[in-house]
Amino acid sequence: LVVSSFAVLGDVLKPKSFAGLFSAAPSIALASIGLAVSQRGQLYAAREASSMIWGAVAFVLYAAIVSQLLFRRICGVLMGTLLSLGVWLTTSLALWFVMAG
Amino acid sequence: LRISSNISALHNTRWYEYLLRFLLGGAVTVLAGLIAERYGPAVGGLFLAFPAIFPATATLISSHEQKKKAKKGLAGRERGRQLAAADAVGATMGALGLIAFALVLRQLIPDYSALFAIAAATAAWMITSLPIWLARQRFRVRPPVYSSSAPQSADQHTISKAHNRRSH
Repeated sequence: LVVSSFAVLGDVLKPKSFAGLFSAAPSIALASIGLAVSQRGQLYAAREASSMIWGAVAFVLYAAIVSQLLFRRICGVLMGTLLSLGVWLTTSLALWFVMAG
Repeated sequence: LRISSNISALHNTRWYEYLLRFLLGGAVTVLAGLIAERYGPAVGGLFLAFPAIFPATATLISSHEQKKKAKKGLAGRERGRQLAAADAVGATMGALGLIAFALVLRQLIPDYSALFAIAAATAAWMITSLPIWLARQRFRVRPPVYSSSAPQSADQHTISKAHNRRSH
């Protein structure tokens, strides 16, 4: 529900670069942290938040790459956004491994 | 550049497009929980910043624009791609706010109530991403548009429309 609410906000807001802020809203985090606190406690949630930092850094890179792929007409929207998920996964795991591992 | 909302845009979105994003959001929340269960909170935490619904949102933006242009007998593929690119630019700034969200949450949640920590972290997301977006709008250099056939960025298109309205 949290995720859908942010998605609806993104649908109605203009310009699209502003609506895009809500594409990177902490919607998954709000839902997951709430569950983690209720089931495992706050220290567990703090450990999740620590590694979320590296996931968020990877998201910055992911979105920057997608915007360039689309502005430069290198590929279509679906292909660009899906293939770049590999960049997110690789970057976030690498950052986590180097910084926290 | 004025921020506005267009409630009628909700009518362009079909029920199954909402359902798709609802399911994707739910699936990634469950996936993050399962990964945390299997590999620990350190790995599971990475997926709290997974761009779960971004591909679906960007694709919907593009396809809606194409349909809108097709109704007017125009090819909207390029315009759809430009709007999706503008959405991705916004997401870059939103993701910078996501870093602030995680930093504030990590600092506050061990010592304060969970509700306060989550509220403060959400405020940090907004306080970080919104000024960055405003600064970009204020200071970015916009390339001049020399001809009507030249491709425009999604934001330039909005600016041109606003300028035309003022001129008439």
